[in-house]
Amino acid sequence: MAQAETTELENGIGAAVRRREDLRFITGAGRYTDDLTQPGQLYGFFCRSPYARAELVSIDCAEALAVPGVVDVLTGAQMVADGLGDLPCGWLVKSKDGADMLSAPHPPMAAERVNYVGEPYALVVADSILAAKRGAESVVAEFSELNPVIDLATATHSEDIYPGITHNLAYEWALGDEDATRMAFAKAAHVTTLDIVNNRLIPNAMEPRACLGQFDASSGEYTLYTTSQNPHLERLVLSAFVQVAPEHKLRVIAPDVGGGFGSKIFIYAEETAVIWAAGKVKRPIKWVAERGESFLSDAHGRDHVTHAELAMDESGRFTGLKVVTTANLGAYLSTFGSSVPTYLYGTLLAGQYKTPNIYVEVQGVYTNTAPVDAYRGAGRPEATYVVERIVEQAARELGKDPADLRRMNMIQPEDFPYETPVALVYDTGNYEASLDKALELIDYNNFEARQAAAAEQRKRRGIGFACYIEACGLAPSKLATELGAGVGLYESGEVRINPTGSVSVFTGSHSHGQGHETTFAQVVSDKLGIPYEDIEVIHGDTGRMEFGLGTYGSRSLAVGGSALVVAADKIISKGKKIAAHMMQAQPDQVDFQDGQFSLQDSNQSVSIQEVAFASYVPADYPEDLEPGLTEKAFYDPKNFTYPAGTHVAEVEVDIDTGVTTLVKFVAVDDFGHIINPLIVDGQVHGGVAQGAGQAMMEHGIYDEYGQLQTGSLMDYCMPRADDLPDFDVDTTVTPCTHNPLGVKGCGEAGAIGSPAAIMNAVTHALGNKDISMPATPEKVWRAIRGE
Amino acid sequence: MTVNGAACEVDVPSNTLLVDILRVELGLTGTHVGCDTSQCGACTVHVDGRAVKSCTVLAPQAEGMQVTTIEGIGTTEQLHPMQAAFRECHALQCGFCTPGMIMQAIDLVENNTNLDNRAIREGLEGNICRCTGYHNIVRAIQSVAD
Repeated sequence: MAQAETTELENGIGAAVRRREDLRFITGAGRYTDDLTQPGQLYGFFCRSPYARAELVSIDCAEALAVPGVVDVLTGAQMVADGLGDLPCGWLVKSKDGADMLSAPHPPMAAERVNYVGEPYALVVADSILAAKRGAESVVAEFSELNPVIDLATATHSEDIYPGITHNLAYEWALGDEDATRMAFAKAAHVTTLDIVNNRLIPNAMEPRACLGQFDASSGEYTLYTTSQNPHLERLVLSAFVQVAPEHKLRVIAPDVGGGFGSKIFIYAEETAVIWAAGKVKRPIKWVAERGESFLSDAHGRDHVTHAELAMDESGRFTGLKVVTTANLGAYLSTFGSSVPTYLYGTLLAGQYKTPNIYVEVQGVYTNTAPVDAYRGAGRPEATYVVERIVEQAARELGKDPADLRRMNMIQPEDFPYETPVALVYDTGNYEASLDKALELIDYNNFEARQAAAAEQRKRRGIGFACYIEACGLAPSKLATELGAGVGLYESGEVRINPTGSVSVFTGSHSHGQGHETTFAQVVSDKLGIPYEDIEVIHGDTGRMEFGLGTYGSRSLAVGGSALVVAADKIISKGKKIAAHMMQAQPDQVDFQDGQFSLQDSNQSVSIQEVAFASYVPADYPEDLEPGLTEKAFYDPKNFTYPAGTHVAEVEVDIDTGVTTLVKFVAVDDFGHIINPLIVDGQVHGGVAQGAGQAMMEHGIYDEYGQLQTGSLMDYCMPRADDLPDFDVDTTVTPCTHNPLGVKGCGEAGAIGSPAAIMNAVTHALGNKDISMPATPEKVWRAIRGE
Repeated sequence: MTVNGAACEVDVPSNTLLVDILRVELGLTGTHVGCDTSQCGACTVHVDGRAVKSCTVLAPQAEGMQVTTIEGIGTTEQLHPMQAAFRECHALQCGFCTPGMIMQAIDLVENNTNLDNRAIREGLEGNICRCTGYHNIVRAIQSVAD
């Protein structure tokens, strides 16, 4: 008995359980979309626009159809003729004058116009990938080139890309009190201004996007295997909007998915065309992106140009923040592209501070580049970058310690719940606790000694902070839909106790590296007192669970995990009725703990496994109760969650070469309660590495013609093992006040805090000379020389 | 050639890549393709005992060679020490780069002595992981090297 208790404890909430999914991944038994093959399978290859903006005059497929092995060539015009709809944007943003945003029509494959390099206009289907490629080379498309709009800074006064969308503006959005903020600036003792660019990033999950579509003519059923973070949303869009197939005849399966970081949230042209084409040719079709296609056609991230001003009083208290941002949306509004630079950005500009007046304006701008959408952090890294760069700059201008300036402006524990001037209510936090711990871990007091030692090696050492906050656990459905979301943002869960007492857990969340099969089993084991080993977690298949909104915005545990807790509570509640009957008592006389239903004031008890068996073999059973022990829950969060913390970076800049080395990185995060610290640390490590990539290496660059100059891993610099140090990560805990687990979400924090911390360190090393991300050796070298 | 200890013969066009023989002809899908340009290392296997990117080897080059893939180094019941270390140290998340990373790591440990943090990091320069930030991968390899 004691042994069993220990075992349960070892695998319950808070335990560093080694991941069960690892066994298949480390032995090569993982099953990603490209690993699947169906009988009679064909291969698809897309013809993609070589131009950033052009009329598609004609397509001649005759030669391609004559290539041996080519089965069919399908075009955008055929999709239109078949009555398929456009790819929709799922979040309606309104301009400050109340007008709806202007959506450019987004056909899955271009029929009349192409608007970015890489946009697909035809799909060649063949019996081998080689034949499909040969066929694609033989498709003759005639284009008439148009002037592309590439440069974000000049896009609003360039030629209109779309008729009816003047100045290429999708919307001009605003949030906050403009007049009050203006007044704050009029009275300010000091104003710090900063112009910053948030560089375009290309997500680069290591598994390229892929799909395998199949159609069963006898049943009319479609099955789509695809690299998706949210298979139910994929099905919803493909049936309700694109109308490939009715929802009940379309099954979407996201098997093992090799990383997403946001880029696999969206409903893309490729899977839409493939599942439609599978129905037309009546054979399974597989498409796997080459890395070059991923660069061209995965939704990109970030890409903002911002002017910010921070007003302070004599003592350095923040009195106003004014932010004007131009956000690149790319050629089309991707699935959530409109919401990222607005509701996921402007609402976070209060940061951790009691700035009383904030006003933000965002112009969402079309350009002839790949669509821009959520990438790890999605709006919140951009907001953090604005706030934490300008606060650091203000400290330098005022001659104050950057930690002290932050501390004196922070929201204090007694201020919660705290309503910000930009529409959010933070439920809880203790920001100074994270700051204090981070200062200790980085050994702040001895920074100057380290700086002096570096100087002896002809290196300039800099230190930089970022005290970030994020809004996660997306999202209260009522609030989200009021703000324009086209779907609710609850999550579903089902806990099914099988007759033998093992448990099948179904979740609408989707794991593509996060380890839900382990952590969700820990949660259910803890709640039901059933051994961890007896619990299986199933996800990623619209045919196996009712519905789900998927995984993004660090929402899985806070929303999906909470749904499982509610379902488990329902199990306990029903179990009490069954147990009471078994023990000839009333349900309110029964307590539940550690897997045992026990009768109060007695030594009688029955295990949950015994109750489960009784529920499936209801010979002697409560009259008014249904058999079975399966419960479902839809959990709709009451608020966002607000993870927050302090990240501190130390860099050394080589005076002779301009090479910047990240030498120390400390992250202290408050994620609320933690289910599995091993996984949480791993999430922070990965996020920090991506943020370091943004700060020091990564940049998606288009030339003036709209050709992607960083279209392979040879041109787009990804962080490698020797670019990074070991990370020093730790946590503080203020439990979330409004979900049953007290959790906040940890998936994005690393990428949110680290760019600002690193760039504050770089500019510190450069004697407060500002440079834009990424801090490449050339930029740094020129900055050192005063260029 | 010999793959995972078993003799195998495939008849493929001479421009076929080793990775395609493994994945398509032999169904060994544990070896992954991540980039097509020999940058990411997801396709790393051992050829005659050394780590090689199988997307850069043509079929005729592998003729008569001993090829070992992730499927050939251990089983779930009896993991290779490097596989066990990756699990113990949470050195993987999405798992896509993992087989290549493990094959590279085994080469690194088997062919070097006194591996420290820096040497391990430099030894992984040809393998990209987007999930872990490398921290736990380095820790796993260090634990085996020690």
